[in-house]
Order: sequence, then C-alpha cells, then structure tokens
Amino acid sequence: MPKDSGIGASTKRREDVRFLTGAGNYTDDINIRGQAHVYFLRSDVAHGTLDNVDTSAAEGMPGVVKIFTGADFEAVGGMPCGWQVTDKHGEPMQEPKHPVLAHGKVRHVGEPIAAVVADTLAQARDAAEAIVVDISDLPAVIDMKAAVSDGATKVHDDLTSNLCYDWGFVEENKAATDEAFDKAAHVTTLELVNNRLVANPMEPRVAVGDYARGTGDHTLYTTSQNPHVIRLLMGAFVLGIPEHKLRVVAPDVGGGFGTKIFHYQEEAFCTFAAKACNRPVKWTSSRTEAFMSDAHGRDHVTRIELALDAENNFTALRTETYANMGAYLSTFAPSVPTWLHGTLMAGNYKTPLIYVNVKAVFTNTVPVDAYRGAGRPEATFQLERVIDKAARELKVDPIALRRQNFVTEFPYATPVAVEYDTGDYVATMDKLEEIADLSGFDARRKASEARGMLRGLGVNCYIEACGIAPSNLVGQLGARAGLYESATVRVNATGGLVVMTGSHSHGQGHETAFPQVIADMIGIDESMIEVVHGDTANTPMGMGTYGSRSLAVGGSAMVRATEKIIAKAKKIAGHILEASDEDIELKDGTFSVAGTDKSLAWGDVTLAAYVPHNYPLEDLEPGLEETAFYDPSNFTYPAGAYACEVEVDPETGKVTIEAFTAVDDFGNVVNPMIVTGQVHGGLAQGIGQALLENCAYDENGQLLSASYMDYAMPRADDLPFYQVDHSCQTPCTHNPLGVKGCGEAGAIGSPPSVVNAVVDALQSAGKDVTHIDMPLSPARVWAAMQ
Amino acid sequence: MYNFDVERPGTVADAAAAMGREDAQALGGGQTLIPTLKQRLASPSVLVSLTGIAEMAGVCTTDDGQVAIGGATTHGAVARDAASLYPGLAGLASHIGDPAVRNRGTIGGSLANNDPSACYPAAALGSGATIITNTRSIAADDYFQGMFTTALEEGEIITEVRFPVPEVSDYQKFVQPASRFALVGVFVAKYAGGVRVAVTGASNDGVFRWSEAEAALSSDFSADAVKGLSLSGDNMISDLHGTGAYRAHLVGVMTGRAVTNAA
Repeated sequence: MPKDSGIGASTKRREDVRFLTGAGNYTDDINIRGQAHVYFLRSDVAHGTLDNVDTSAAEGMPGVVKIFTGADFEAVGGMPCGWQVTDKHGEPMQEPKHPVLAHGKVRHVGEPIAAVVADTLAQARDAAEAIVVDISDLPAVIDMKAAVSDGATKVHDDLTSNLCYDWGFVEENKAATDEAFDKAAHVTTLELVNNRLVANPMEPRVAVGDYARGTGDHTLYTTSQNPHVIRLLMGAFVLGIPEHKLRVVAPDVGGGFGTKIFHYQEEAFCTFAAKACNRPVKWTSSRTEAFMSDAHGRDHVTRIELALDAENNFTALRTETYANMGAYLSTFAPSVPTWLHGTLMAGNYKTPLIYVNVKAVFTNTVPVDAYRGAGRPEATFQLERVIDKAARELKVDPIALRRQNFVTEFPYATPVAVEYDTGDYVATMDKLEEIADLSGFDARRKASEARGMLRGLGVNCYIEACGIAPSNLVGQLGARAGLYESATVRVNATGGLVVMTGSHSHGQGHETAFPQVIADMIGIDESMIEVVHGDTANTPMGMGTYGSRSLAVGGSAMVRATEKIIAKAKKIAGHILEASDEDIELKDGTFSVAGTDKSLAWGDVTLAAYVPHNYPLEDLEPGLEETAFYDPSNFTYPAGAYACEVEVDPETGKVTIEAFTAVDDFGNVVNPMIVTGQVHGGLAQGIGQALLENCAYDENGQLLSASYMDYAMPRADDLPFYQVDHSCQTPCTHNPLGVKGCGEAGAIGSPPSVVNAVVDALQSAGKDVTHIDMPLSPARVWAAMQ
Repeated sequence: MYNFDVERPGTVADAAAAMGREDAQALGGGQTLIPTLKQRLASPSVLVSLTGIAEMAGVCTTDDGQVAIGGATTHGAVARDAASLYPGLAGLASHIGDPAVRNRGTIGGSLANNDPSACYPAAALGSGATIITNTRSIAADDYFQGMFTTALEEGEIITEVRFPVPEVSDYQKFVQPASRFALVGVFVAKYAGGVRVAVTGASNDGVFRWSEAEAALSSDFSADAVKGLSLSGDNMISDLHGTGAYRAHLVGVMTGRAVTNAA
C-alpha cells in the first residue's frame, strides 16, 4: 500500500502552489527603495589587450550614478577558486588572477570591462554605449590541443603555459596499467568529445547589493545554490567583509543545475557598488548575458582504451582527457575533470587497473565548471561508449559483456580511490530488461523497418558518487572547504517545527520532502513542519545544494538535530510524568511511560518547554531547539541501468526517441513522486546533451550558439514518455536515512544509451559507423551515414 | 530598446503617410522586429503599427478565384480561415513558430522581412503569388531578391497577397533544431499550367525556385520523378546546423515528401 504521508509517500509539493500561481519570491522580485541598476559593458572580443577604457563621455549622461572599471577593483581580491588540484609531478595547478572587472586584458567574449550604475537600466545601458574601449586583438586560443602546443599564444601572460594542470590518477597504477595493455587479448579504443553545454536555468542570474550606512552591514540577494559559500568566498577572498557584517540571501531560485553554485563577479560588484554608491544596486542578467557569463559545462576531449582478456574480462582502462577550463578558474572548476571524474572511471565494473590522465587547459572561452552531474557524466559517457564498442568488435551481447564484468560484492574498493558501500547492478539490469521489454525489441525493429525507419537499442549502466561529501576526504583531494551540512530544528511552544537547513532548494522540493522525514520521526502531521533555507541570517552555516547531496547530507543533519529534539522532549516528558526519560516512548506524537497508561501529547511537552513553571532548571534548560552538523564518512553511490530505443530517419538523419527506460537504485526513497520528477528532468538534460545542445565557438572565439536561435534546448516533443523505476533499493549504509541522492542520475545515465542506440540503428542498416560525437543532430547523423 | 514613437493608423493611406516620417519603420506582428529592437540592433524613430488597419486584415476569395490575404493577417488567422480555400497554404501557416508567434506574426511582416529561413516566402514564390502594396502589384518571381532583400521601396507597405489556388499543394519543413525555423522548407504546388517548387532555408540567395524539379514534376507528378535529381550544395547555407551539402540533400528529400503528401 502506498503511504499517504511521511517517508515513502508521494506528498504533493507544497512549494508548487506559490511557484505556479505567481506568488514566488525570486531575486528579481526584490526591489529596494532607492535602488540603482547596473549594466555591464562586456567584451565582444575573445582575446586582446585592454589599452584604454574611456568613460569620460558616459560620466555625465542622464541618470548615471557612477561608472566602474577594472582599476576600481585593484585594491580588492580576485575571484577565488575553491579547489586546488595537484598535478602528476606533485606541483599545484596554475591559478591565474580572476578580476571582478577586466584589467589589462580581456580573455573571453562576455567578460565584463566596465559597469555603469544609473537610476534606470536603460540609462545605464545608454551610458555604457558611450564608453570608448580600445582593445588590441590577440589571437584567440580556442582549440585545447593547440592551446597546449609549443609556441601557443598564452591566455595568461604570467603563467608558464595554457596548461592548468596535468593530472595522473592513480599515478602509481600507470606502469601496471600499461603492462596490462601490453598483455591484453583485445583493446578497444575510442576518441570522443563531451560537448560543451550552457545550463540555461529558467531564471537567469540576479544580484542585488544593499548597504546599511548606519550599521555598516552588507546584504547581497542572489540567485545562488549556496548562500553561505558565497558569503565566505566573497567576504573573505574578494571584498574583505567579515561574515558577521555580510548577509547573503538566496530566496526562491528558479533552477540552478550547478551554474548557480559559483561565486560570480556580478555578485561581488553589486555588493561593492552598493557601498561605493550608497544605494542598493541591482543586476538582472539578460538571456544573452547568461550565455556568455554563466559558467558552462562539460567540454572534454577524450581518448579511452579498454583492455580485455581472452574471456572478455576487463583487465585495464586507460584514458587521456583534455578538459576546458575556459579563460579563468570558476569556483570549483579544477575538481570536475579530476576528483568528480577520475574517481568514477571504474563505473559498475571490477576492472582491476585504471589510469586516468587529465590535462586542464585555459582557452579564451567562458569559464567551465560543474553542470548537473559534473565529471560523472563525462566518466560514464566514455566508459559506457567504449564498452559498447568493445562488445561490437568482439561480437558479444553488450548487456552480457557488462554483466560479466559487474561488481557483485560490496563493499567494493575501486582502483580509483573510492569504496562503494552498497549496490546490486544485476538487480537493476534484470529490472531494466523486464520493464523495457528488451526481448520484444526485434519485433519493434521490424515494425520500424516496415515504415522505412532504422531502429536502434542502446543500453548502459552508470554509477555516481553523490552526497558530496566527507570533509576529511575532499580536504585530502584539494577542496578548500568542508562539505558537511547543518540543520537547526526549532520547536515552537504550540508544537510546530521550523527546520533551518543549510541545504538550498531551487526546485528540488525540500520544503515538502524534509517535513516528511520529521513527521515520521515524531508522529505528527507534515503540515506542522516548515523548512527555512537560503538566508545566512537565519540558517546555520551551510554548504548548499549540489552533487545530489541535500537529503543525504542536509537531511541527515536534520535527522540528527531532530534526534536531539526528541531526546530532550523525552526528558521534559519524563519530568512531567515523573518517570525516567529512558522509560519514555514517543509514538504517533504521544509520549508515554512504558508499561503504564500515563501519557502526554507532543503539544503538551512543547508548551512545557517554553513555560517552565515547574522545571528542574539545574538539569534541563527551557526551550526546544537543537542544531546538528553532519559530515558523512563516505560518498553515496546511486547506480542504475538505462535503455533507449531510437528511430533514425535514413533520409534525413533525424533521430527520434521512441522509448526510454531508467532503472535507478537510489537507496531509500522519501518521496517517490519528487524522485521521479528529478529523474525526468535529468533525462531531459541528458537527452538534450545527446541530441540537441551544443555550445560552439568559432576560431576567433565568437560564441556561435549565443541564443535560443542556435542553442537547441530540449522541448517536450523532443522527449518520449519515460519509464522510470526506483524499486531496486540497496540503502546507503552510512547515513541515517539510507538515501543516496537522485538529482543528477538522469543527466549522467542517459547520454551513452542514446548514442549507443543510434550507432546500433545505423549498424543495423549496414553502415560502418562506430561513433558520432554529441549532439547527434540530423546533420551529423546524416553525414556519418554517407 | 531605444526610444521611439508609435503611430497606430487606421487606414492604409494614414499608414503610408506615417511611413513618410524620418526613420519610420513598419511594424507588423513584431515577431522579428521587437526582439531586434530589444537587442538595440535597430533604432527607428517611429514605428508604424499596421495591425489596426481593418482593410489589411482577413482572408477572402477574389472574383477570379484567387485567395486574397490582407497584409496584416496573422498566421493563426490564415491557418484557420484559408483551411478550406487553400489547404497547402493554411497548413504552412499552422506550423510557423508557436501559438504565440502565430497569433501575432503577420503574412505581410514575414514577406517584407524575407528571412531566408521563413516559411511564407516559399508559399508566395511556390504559388506564383502577387504581392500587392499601397502603390503597386509585384509578382512573386520579381519580389524576392535575396536574403532579407525584396523589391519593396522605402516606406512601401504590403497590403495584400493574392495566391492562385493550385490543384494540389504541400509544404514540407525540416526544422532547425534550435530555432525551429526551416533548415529546409519546400513548397510544391501543382497548377494546370505546371508545377512550381519553391525552397526556403537552404540558399545563400534566399528563397528560390527549383526549376529542374518543376520540369520533372510537371511531366510526372510523383516523388519518383525527383529521385534522380540533385542540387549543388555550393551556394547553400552552411552553419552550425548543417552543411550546404546536407541542405542540398534535404531539398530533394523534402520535395519528394511534399509531392507524396500533396498527391
């Protein structure tokens, strides 16, 4: 029986009422009396020396409050990078300065050169057009391999080259891996591109800076997935504002997908300018600006080799990847191609030897950072594609080849430094074969062929490391932050609860799912519980939401805090009922003394907590409020098996997804409806990457796909009706909820099955096509067929 | 946007007068012009809105049996009101953009803009339509003069478009995945005097007639008749979404499908 409340119930999302009725409170809805607007003059040149920025004609234009250039920010810090990668020689990565406004040079189209603060946005824009900028063009560095060749133009003159780092993982395994390749019975090699993407959240970024002259307090309202992280980075590293004088608020946020994790120049600018102008300063990104200033995603070029023995067991894996950093290091950029990518290269398989090499490269493009999945989609894509290619070369069934090599015993320590706690890859594959009706595929292929269409079937597995994550581990890997989460649970006198969480909801449904957990723990109605998030002034220190971590880490902190609440409430009940708190039981919202008929309602106890008329004050403090910080001991490892069926029009190359089945093991599931929705969204983004989305630059560094006229977002009619199943559940062993995280799975798991399916379709027609780079646009598929 | 004045004339004569103002720009449904203005890529001093002119809106049949469409008629209205009069044209109109575009965009605006990927130019050229302006009548064969270029003079307003109705017709659009404009669109119309084939989206010179296909189809109106034909990709648009060779190939495929669908 499906439950109708608490853990396991598909409780409808309470936040959707305000989102769908126009009652949300987004950052752009925040307008502060007296606010001015800023317009950023951005570079239309990819690379050049900034010879002169003449603002004199603009200064006196109507409405202009103040005009800022790079020189105004010389005294403050640059944009910080939150992760330091150490290269294969033990040296730290090359880390360039990242100014708030360009100074000396411009390094990508869209880089802000000057900022005009004016009474209205139109006035700011008018004045910006009167600024005269002299730029001497330099050759644009776009192609990654050319960027690291001898004599290449340097993006940063003060660095030794365009190579940020050359990372080897695990370096100690390299010789043994090479030896295994020498001995292999078969080696499959694949070169591929993981295409650059633009995240495109529905809500573009917005920042409103405010400064209280009377108290010296700064406030930044911003579209962020992690307001506390922004407070720390901006306060400590950019502007030198102590945390107690800086409040960061991220109210309702309309989608993040990673690109709203990072600390951006516009946030620092608005905070800085609010004080400098003594007026609130607001910036709302246009969609055009978003394309050239939001951190992009993916953009890897990879060569992967898989070694197999004579029985088709995987014996070794070796990869070489060029990872585009763009012009500067965005907040977590260095971690994505390394620790979020290399550590996942084992996938679901017991390959004993793995060596991953990653060269991170600076180019004259928008910085690249985490985007839904971040490193894990890149790992999954290359691994699941090379396995599929190997199966075709060896003429074995691709599912059988996978099954033969599955990890089947847990915990399993991979050769790439992580330990999977639980999983059952056979069960998810069994479930996939069943509900995707793979045995009926041949008949469906014949039916498609009768209509002149080619039909293909693609299958893949995936694993991801989520619930990011253990501070001690990520600290060893170069993170400059801890990755715990916190929660304060405040019980009010009349029994209602407020959970103040460091997790941030920007579409995930925390306001609905988190109360389901507490409702079960206490035995009260979900409606008595409210979630507060997104404001550093009223939530404890938090690390925010990304890496499918909210429930696994933030939810666990909430559980720990609630356990403390229950323990204290039992003491209060024990005092009132004149019993030892060890004898107090809490069930269905009622405290009772074991073995007696004495009981108290939840509300009686919460009231007593705040009306301590007869209280043993030496043993018990008044009040009922607890905080917990939770730092897990390991990542979580969601895994699954996906199947995609496509039709390819042989005349046009157009690919249509006819069926898509996703079987995921997320461990325990709190709200199945929300989980299904998360998978749907992830699949849309993964299929979008596979078929449609392509962020492209020309050789001069001009962004070719700079609007929706050329950047293809998936639309409803590009997508099939999905079959989604999460009934295979191996609970996480190290967090109190047994949950693994579901936010990124769909985006990680879907691209390889789409490409595998298209290759299968083309090969069914006798086409000698072994790979097509994403997106599989009609033009590319048609060209591959010729 | 920059500042501009707006004129809302109620008659063609008033519109023509308003267009005489310096840097005046006609505004149809605004589906291209408004985004252009928002990006500050154009700075007219006055916009002359044509959508309030009653004599320029609507669909009817002329005495000689042509379908006449007012220049300010929206795509949505053409899709609905021309459905029985000229199904091929109505079908084309019903797949332009999305409902919001179809309820604002106008046939006159589309033809005046002559975007190389727009649908209407294919219908007008493929039907041998007559573009009627406030000053004259222009045959479609003379009207389209390359990408975003037409025979219209400064200030000239398309008041009406007259379409001879073919025996059968069809429009096949292969959409560009992002914009969903035509990557290639082919309009095929079979008249008693012969077949016309007009192609949009493909050529660097904008909409064009594929005369080879017209000749082949005029003697044999079947998809097989165009199977052996091929176009050169040399002067086709080549971009992120497809090479010239791909577009040239698609012209053949879409022509065949249009013939099959029409027949």
